[in-house]
Amino acid sequence: MAARETIILDQPAISRALTRIAHEILERNKGTKDVALVGVVRGGDHLARNLQQRIQEIEGVELPLGTVDITMYRDDLASRGSLPVGKTELLFPMENKRIVLVDDVLFTGRTIRAAMDALIDIGRPQSIQLAILVDRGHRELPIRPDYIGRNVPTSVAEKIEVQFSEEHEPIEVRVAKP
Amino acid sequence: MSFGHKHILGIEQLSADDITLILDTAESFKEISTREIKKVPTLRGKTIINIFFEASTRTRTSFEIAGKRLSADTVNISASTSAVVKGETLEDTAKNLEAMHPDIIVMRHGHSGAAHYLAERCGFSVVNAGDGAHEHPSQALLDLMTIRQKKGSIAGLTVAIVGDIAHSRVARSNIYALKKMGATVRLAGPRTLLPTEIGRLGAEVYTDMNAALDGVDVVMMLRIQQERQGNALLPSNREYSRFYGLNPDNLKRAKSDALVMHPGPMNRGVEISSAVADGAQNVILDQVENGVAVRMALLYLVSGGEQLAEQSA
Amino acid sequence: MKILIKGGRLIDPSNGIDDQLDLLIENGSVVAVGTDLDSADAQVLDATNRLVVPGLIDIHVHLREPGYEYKEDIQSGVRAAVAGGFTSVACMPNTDPVNDNKTVTSYICQRATEAGLANVFPIGAITKGLKGESLSEMGQLREAGCVAVTDDGRPVDDGEIMRRAMEYASSFDLPVISHAEDLSIVDGGVMNDGFVATELGLKGIPWVAEDAMVARDVMLAEFTGARLHVAHVSTRGAVEIIRAAQKRGVAITAEVTPHHFILTEEAVRGYNTNAKMNPPLRCADDVAAVREGLADGTIGVIATDHAPHHRDEKNVEFNIALNGIVGLETALPLTLRLVDEGVLSLSAAIARLTCGPAQALGLSRGALTVGDIADVTIIDPDCNWTLRADELLSKSKNTPFDGWSFKGAATCTLVNGKTVYSRDNT
Repeated sequence: MAARETIILDQPAISRALTRIAHEILERNKGTKDVALVGVVRGGDHLARNLQQRIQEIEGVELPLGTVDITMYRDDLASRGSLPVGKTELLFPMENKRIVLVDDVLFTGRTIRAAMDALIDIGRPQSIQLAILVDRGHRELPIRPDYIGRNVPTSVAEKIEVQFSEEHEPIEVRVAKP
Repeated sequence: MSFGHKHILGIEQLSADDITLILDTAESFKEISTREIKKVPTLRGKTIINIFFEASTRTRTSFEIAGKRLSADTVNISASTSAVVKGETLEDTAKNLEAMHPDIIVMRHGHSGAAHYLAERCGFSVVNAGDGAHEHPSQALLDLMTIRQKKGSIAGLTVAIVGDIAHSRVARSNIYALKKMGATVRLAGPRTLLPTEIGRLGAEVYTDMNAALDGVDVVMMLRIQQERQGNALLPSNREYSRFYGLNPDNLKRAKSDALVMHPGPMNRGVEISSAVADGAQNVILDQVENGVAVRMALLYLVSGGEQLAEQSA
Repeated sequence: MKILIKGGRLIDPSNGIDDQLDLLIENGSVVAVGTDLDSADAQVLDATNRLVVPGLIDIHVHLREPGYEYKEDIQSGVRAAVAGGFTSVACMPNTDPVNDNKTVTSYICQRATEAGLANVFPIGAITKGLKGESLSEMGQLREAGCVAVTDDGRPVDDGEIMRRAMEYASSFDLPVISHAEDLSIVDGGVMNDGFVATELGLKGIPWVAEDAMVARDVMLAEFTGARLHVAHVSTRGAVEIIRAAQKRGVAITAEVTPHHFILTEEAVRGYNTNAKMNPPLRCADDVAAVREGLADGTIGVIATDHAPHHRDEKNVEFNIALNGIVGLETALPLTLRLVDEGVLSLSAAIARLTCGPAQALGLSRGALTVGDIADVTIIDPDCNWTLRADELLSKSKNTPFDGWSFKGAATCTLVNGKTVYSRDNT
């Protein structure tokens, strides 16, 4: 099956988008106080670390960083089977934190729903915000990102993939037409 | 990697990759038990029936907690409260269970092969919580998880299993599991408690416990059933304890950092002295703790076992 | 009423015959054996490409009547027998009530007469109620029609009782059939003791449980001079003990079942209750030994131990499933396998199913000598067929051979000169 692939964001474009998101996070939260980054495994965790570095470069502050694995919170066990369960690591207290949930692609919204449930099971943050590298539309739940790298209109059949280097740095975003 | 098993009937049917996946999954689930809210919605809406035809506190409780931490609805049926005392056949029990549309049946049964029997005849997943002298897969998996945590890996270790091998489902499951993961297995006990041709499972067989303990990384003691002593198999507890009981002296033959394991419940002073049971080398409570995580992993994996896992989105 | 069986290969081992010969039957007896027999007024059965042999005899069947008619009755049992090519069966006494008195024997004989079809030879109990305690009324059993005595299904534990049973039975010229196992060594075992039992976590029955009891009974037979027949031999040791005793001149015969020369303990895997037998299916070396025993004549009898059980008695946990399988309808093709595999000549295979069993129990059957009762089985040795358990004529369907492909089948069975089964008509 020959899929036609198009690069919609290259490395400089991703870098610019993430820098902008870093600034927006600081602006919206009036600095770094009580802000923590939580990446969704897998993909979002790499982007969250990337954002942590950029914010440190801008503000000189290392934000608390965590990961959340949503496998245990999925609503599609029956159709997908048992996926490997990844690690949820939140080594800082959630209470009163402004959590910025980070993921690579926002699609139906179900992953973010599961991630929010997972966070709330573990503690009670003051707020949860959502940062997304690519928003491809087709939401099935009332979920809206606070920070967006790029809006990419897609058809449901298309696949969006964020490529990472071996060092987990984002390289490019591709869209594949079936 | 996907998990292609609908049932967990024994370790014999699992590959080394399956075992690794189960242990990795269990490690992920272990964190849930340390949370304030010890519950995730993974198996919400699933019905799990724990049916125990033999008394068991530890295994049944462990499976029940595992199911509840995954938000499944768990129901316990024990032999004393079930229809079994009225002489219902296993086939009728199976049909009745099936009519209640459970997703998973966790069963312990006194007859070897009972879990196979259920799995062949019913649509639900069957997790074997011990069948006769055949297998007790979740016990072996929690033992492996404990060894892996303490020793880093299982391959290359030497493990001595001591006691009533003949009547032990724990021994059989552990022999399979340890061999698959690359360990060397030694079995020790009097000839009356060593089953015919057990060595063909790939284990070294000893009647001298001291020789079996020499330089091992792990000592796994088996519970000696009280009804075995004083008949044709064993003369007395006193004699058994003298030749096959673990005490601080013979434990010195093992490596100095050797782990001491026991599936419980222990007969202190018979197969294990109190000094060893309470000593620094024992990991018996780690086994219990890991038991919940391993059983969560098993319940989770069999729930999706029918479908091949697709690529995560 | 004349029947001419024409054009077949007639094999009559006891008369040393294996040739293209016709067989003429009149008034239920063999009246002529020869080439190109012609009889204008006879009904002609074309046996071209068929084997014509003395009616097969199975001296170890459980017909279950009286008492266990839900498993089998005499009517259904003999129907299965003639379909399997058997013209005579000897039925075991472990009924309810036990066949330990002439009333039960007479009842069995009467029911067999009503059923017609095959000859039924009852075997009486050695001890009252099969309890192993006091001798049954063997003289009256003999008078009522019993051809041998046995406590089949359980051994006679007490050596003194067995000794006296042999002495007493020999007074009435009754062979004693030994179900040989030392129950104290069996100790609740459910399959052969070996690696498979160890893997499956099932309690084993070691070979020594059989060998020890065969040795005792062989010695008692030697001591008493009684005629001993050892039922369902399954171990190498038992074969060797019997062979050595026969060489010493002890009057011992022995039988093996088709399942013990075809299957091994491996068949139990998956907890297959249709592979649960007593004695249990043994290991490959034991199978080799019983085949050697068949080949050299140590074992002169193939008998099925046809043991019908209801589905509910097999569809349970392995430990509590009842022992045994049905065998009447599978014995012939399984025996012919031994011919294909070069274990037995065709003539020797037929002997193990005809004159061998007749001699073991002193039955006046198993040959086609002129003047003999005309029990005849016509066999198509090349007929390929597949066994479907639910198509068995026995009331019970407990067979491990469901779905097996077989070669060879009885096409026509004649008892007392009458056709009682014809494969084409069923």
